[in-house]
Amino acid sequence: MTATIVEKIFSRKCGSEIRAGEVVMAPLDGAMIHDITGPLAIQKFYEMGGKKVFDPKRVIMLFDHQIPADSIEAANNHVYMRKFAKEQDIHNYDINEGVCHQVTIEKGRAAPGEIVVGADSHTCMYGAAGAFATGIGSTDMGFALKFGALYFKVPETIRAEVSGKFQKRVGAKDLILAIAADIGADGATYKAIEFAGKTVHKLDMAGRMTLCNMAIEMGGKAGIVAPDKVTWEYMKGRRKMKPFELDSDTGAKFAEKRTYDVSSLEPQVAVPHNVDTGVPISKVAGTHIDQVFIGSCTNGRFEDMAEAAEVLGKKKFNPKIRVIIIPASRDEYLRTLKAGLIEKFVKAGALVEAPCCGPCMGGAFGLIAPGEVSLSTSNRNFKGRQGSTDGKVYLCSPATAAASAITGEITDPREV
Amino acid sequence: MAAKKTVPVRKVVVETNPVSKNARVWKFGDDIDTDAIIPGRFLIINNPDELAKHAFEGTRDEFAKKVKAGDVIVGGRNFGCGSSREHAPLALVGAGVKVVVARSFARIFFRNSINVGVLPIVCPDADTIADGAKITLKIKDGCIEADGKKYAIEPVPAFMQGIIDAGGLVEYARNIKEIPVCTR
Repeated sequence: MTATIVEKIFSRKCGSEIRAGEVVMAPLDGAMIHDITGPLAIQKFYEMGGKKVFDPKRVIMLFDHQIPADSIEAANNHVYMRKFAKEQDIHNYDINEGVCHQVTIEKGRAAPGEIVVGADSHTCMYGAAGAFATGIGSTDMGFALKFGALYFKVPETIRAEVSGKFQKRVGAKDLILAIAADIGADGATYKAIEFAGKTVHKLDMAGRMTLCNMAIEMGGKAGIVAPDKVTWEYMKGRRKMKPFELDSDTGAKFAEKRTYDVSSLEPQVAVPHNVDTGVPISKVAGTHIDQVFIGSCTNGRFEDMAEAAEVLGKKKFNPKIRVIIIPASRDEYLRTLKAGLIEKFVKAGALVEAPCCGPCMGGAFGLIAPGEVSLSTSNRNFKGRQGSTDGKVYLCSPATAAASAITGEITDPREV
Repeated sequence: MAAKKTVPVRKVVVETNPVSKNARVWKFGDDIDTDAIIPGRFLIINNPDELAKHAFEGTRDEFAKKVKAGDVIVGGRNFGCGSSREHAPLALVGAGVKVVVARSFARIFFRNSINVGVLPIVCPDADTIADGAKITLKIKDGCIEADGKKYAIEPVPAFMQGIIDAGGLVEYARNIKEIPVCTR
C-alpha cells in the first residue's frame, strides 16, 4: 500500500497503517512554547488538572517575541514561565537563544519522522528537518503538555514538485512567494505541502526552512521535505539517530500535484496586505520604502545574511531609510559575526539587533508609522503586522531586501 | 492596567445550540487575519475582557465600542488566518461573541475557537449576509436566518463535535488522567 511521507510518519509512530482523513490521538515527540502563547498554555494545563508535564525533556521553552522584556507585562509573562520551567524541570532557553523555530531545529529538538507541535503557527518549519510539525493554540498545547498526545486529522498532501536552476540572486524565498501566489492564502487548508523535486533537494537546510516555514501562509497544516543526505548531515551532532528512508511512495495518493520550474523565476515580492499576492519584482520596482527588515524565522539564518552581504558588497545602505538586521539565533548570529558580516552591516548603516522576532512581532520594536512602508524578509504582510494599520508591508528575499536597502526603493537584486 | 501574573480561571462553555435571536451581524470580508482580530502589541494581555477592548483595533475601531453580548460575526473565506494566537478568539469571548459564521475558516482559528468557547459555523452563502443584519441561529435545524432569509449551515466535524459534547477540551481533559494513544 502506498503512502505519503505524512501518512508514513503517523503510521510509524502508531505501528499501524494510517491514512489521510483518519483522526488519531498521536503521541508527541516535542511541544514548543514561547513567551506569547506559553502563559495561556500553562494556564490551560493547570485548568485541565495538570500536575506534571508528560515529559520535561520533550518540552521546548524559550522567549523570543518580547525580549529583552519590553514592558512590565512581558516581564511578568517571562517570570510566570520561568517559574513553570523550574517547577516542571523543563530546560528553558529563556531569552538567550533566539527565534523559537530556528532554535528548535538547531538544537535537534525536531528530527526526521517525529511529530512535534508548537504554540505558534510557523511550527510547520520543522518539516525542513523531516518532521511532521504543526502550529496549535494554547488550549491544545495545555492538553499536549498534560498528555504528550494530541488529536490530529491526518492531512492529505499537496505535492509541489520543483525543477530548474535558480537565476543568480533568486532563491527559496522567491519560490515560496510564487507558490503561495499560486496555491492561495487558503489553498492548502487542512493539508500538508510536500516540497519535492531536484531543485528542492539541492537547497541547503536554510532554504528548506524558508519553504516549510511559509506552508501556513497557504493555510497548510504542515510543510515537509523528505529527509536526504543534506538533512542527515545537518542532524549530525544535534541528534543521535541512524539515518532511515522516509519519502512518499511513487503512486502515493496526493490531494493534488503542482509543478514549478524556477529557471525563469524572477525575484518575487508579496504586496500588501496578503501573503498570496506575490508578483515579479519588475511590477513593483521603484516603490518607495521607509524601513527594511532582514531576519525572522523565515529568513534570519547565516545563509540569508551572507546573501544580503553579497548584494551589499562595498556599498552603503541608503541613509534615508532604517535597515534592521536580526540573525534568527545565537548560533546564526555567531556565524554572521565570525564571517565579519555584522561589522560590514553596521558600517554600511544598519542596526543589528540580538536574535528575536523583531519587527515581525508587531508589538516589540521596529514598528512603522501610518503611511510608512516596510520591506521585510519575514512571512506576513497583514495590515498592522509591523505597526500601524495605515502602514504597508512588502515581503521579499534577503537579496531583494539588501538591494532595496541600498537604493531606498524596491530594487531588483540582479541589477545592483 | 495593573500587570497580572496569572489568567483568571474562566470556565469555557461551548454552546452546541447558542440562542441568538435578532442579534446584530458584524460583517467582515475574506482573509480576516488574527493580526486584525487582535494586533500583536496586545498579546501581552491574557484576560478576555481586556483583550476585547482592542478587538479589531485599527481595522474596525467601532467594533470594540459598540459590540454587545450575543452579537454575531459574519466573515467570508479563510476567517482567522495567520497566527495561532488564542488571544484572537479570546478577544471575541471577552466581547460576548459566542458565534462566528463564515464561508470558511483557517484551521488553527477553527480549533482554537471551539477550545475557548466560540462556535465557528461554516455557511457557504455567508457572503450575502449584510452588515447590521438581524440574525437568528437555528443550529439544531441546520440553518440560520438573517433579515428573514434562511441560510444553510454545515455541521461541525464529528470529532470536534465530540469535544464540544464533552463540555470542551479543558473539561474533557480535566476528567481523565491518561489518554490511550493511537486510538482513532
